[in-house]
Amino acid sequence: MALRSVISRKTLGSLGLGFSHARGLQTFTLPDLPYDYSALEPAISVEIMRLHHQKHHQTYITNYNKALEQLEEAMAKGDSSAVVKLQAAIKFNGGGHINHSIFWKNLIPTSEGGGEPPHGALGWAIDTHFGSFEALVKKVNAEGAALQGSGWVWLGVDKESQKLVVETTANQDPLVTKGPNLVPLLGIDVWEHAYY
Amino acid sequence: MHGTAATASLSSAFLPFQGFRGSLDSTFRLQWRKPKKAHRTLITAQIELKPPPYSLNSLEPHMSREILEYHWGKHHRGYVENLNRQIVGTELDGMTLEDIIIASYNKGDFLPSFNNAAQVWNHEFFWESMKPGGGGKPSGDLLYLIERDFGSYEKFVEEFKSAALTQFGSGWAWLAYKANRLDVGNAVNPCPSEEDKKLVVVKSPNAVNPLVWDYSPLLTIDVWEHAYYLDYQNRRADYISVFMDKLVNWEAVSYRLEIAKSLAAGREREEERRRIEEDEDRMADSEAIEMYLDSESEDSETD
Repeated sequence: MALRSVISRKTLGSLGLGFSHARGLQTFTLPDLPYDYSALEPAISVEIMRLHHQKHHQTYITNYNKALEQLEEAMAKGDSSAVVKLQAAIKFNGGGHINHSIFWKNLIPTSEGGGEPPHGALGWAIDTHFGSFEALVKKVNAEGAALQGSGWVWLGVDKESQKLVVETTANQDPLVTKGPNLVPLLGIDVWEHAYY
Repeated sequence: MHGTAATASLSSAFLPFQGFRGSLDSTFRLQWRKPKKAHRTLITAQIELKPPPYSLNSLEPHMSREILEYHWGKHHRGYVENLNRQIVGTELDGMTLEDIIIASYNKGDFLPSFNNAAQVWNHEFFWESMKPGGGGKPSGDLLYLIERDFGSYEKFVEEFKSAALTQFGSGWAWLAYKANRLDVGNAVNPCPSEEDKKLVVVKSPNAVNPLVWDYSPLLTIDVWEHAYYLDYQNRRADYISVFMDKLVNWEAVSYRLEIAKSLAAGREREEERRRIEEDEDRMADSEAIEMYLDSESEDSETD
């Protein structure tokens, strides 16, 4: 049940067919959950975990792979308008894959410590930047509830300033779209499919 | 228009397909950018939560009672209550819902009340876009324009479904009537014709709706996940197909089209009237200048 992210490499090499260049495109597959679908009950139901992982996350991966293939073709042909047009699909589906991959790792059954407040360096940093763990929870709740439409709430760290931040992003935009120095620590999916 | 809750509910009883809120008064839309300072009553006007024009179980099995209880009873209700809380005591208080939307849109730099106001409007419009035993094909003028502007009814359905499916995240897909106007303050379309007033399919994110682009919405489908998740889970495509096949209220759409066309015609007449007035003013000014010059000029040979 260990998490493994299987990355497959598709190469159309010169299999004796005389292609002038090897084509290597990295595509992605659905990472396994580090726990059973039912392991997060009653907080998150088995039905939602299954749908969320096998349908939503898988769809992002499928469409991300498709967009990457189309991008490769467009780049090879020098088709700039196609390249630019594909950016939205890449950001959306690639972002969806990135964000959900982080999300699964952020969760753990209560039997293994899920829900316990943070200790150590993170606990200290939270107290320093937000006053207390409760204050952080309040802030994250407020930001999440205030988000209009679909998106994510993040606890992140600014690499440069070494400060913790709470941020929101729209749709499937990864945290880095809010600042190039931001690294996600915890992401909460507030798309309706995450909790409906 | 929202004066008091009482009049609003009376008018909806007589005009079940009121969808695009407004009267046939062609001057209504010309005034709607200015907050209404007249007609202020002492009672603070509250935006009301209008129920769908059918019972919550009557769209089954295509749209369940359960999802409508959440969708209307929690989501739509939440937007109404939050909006009323936001506008009470402000200059938006007492304005019509459409006026609040346009004012809060603020050219894209949304004021806080925009999301709630637009979502209230969108949901009312959505309930009225559906009916029990709906679906099938449109007819009459609406069908004629669909065939003219999309090539065929099937092509329109394809485009509408595609817009609904490809709206990333939360949002809406629309059929709208667009009266092409040049976007420059004092310019008019030099060659106005029936072809300029056309049907379009558009999609919008979150709470945005075609009112902010000055289009007349005719039909909408809600593609926020809360609109279909309990019934269809992630299968948005299935939800959209069922909506088209079993739920669309084409009579409401046709009615809205008639209103949109008469508003467009009224606006054209108004602009024509204004242009003629401006031309006459300009002519009068230039005549005055000529008279002035003649009496002053010593080289005048008008004796």
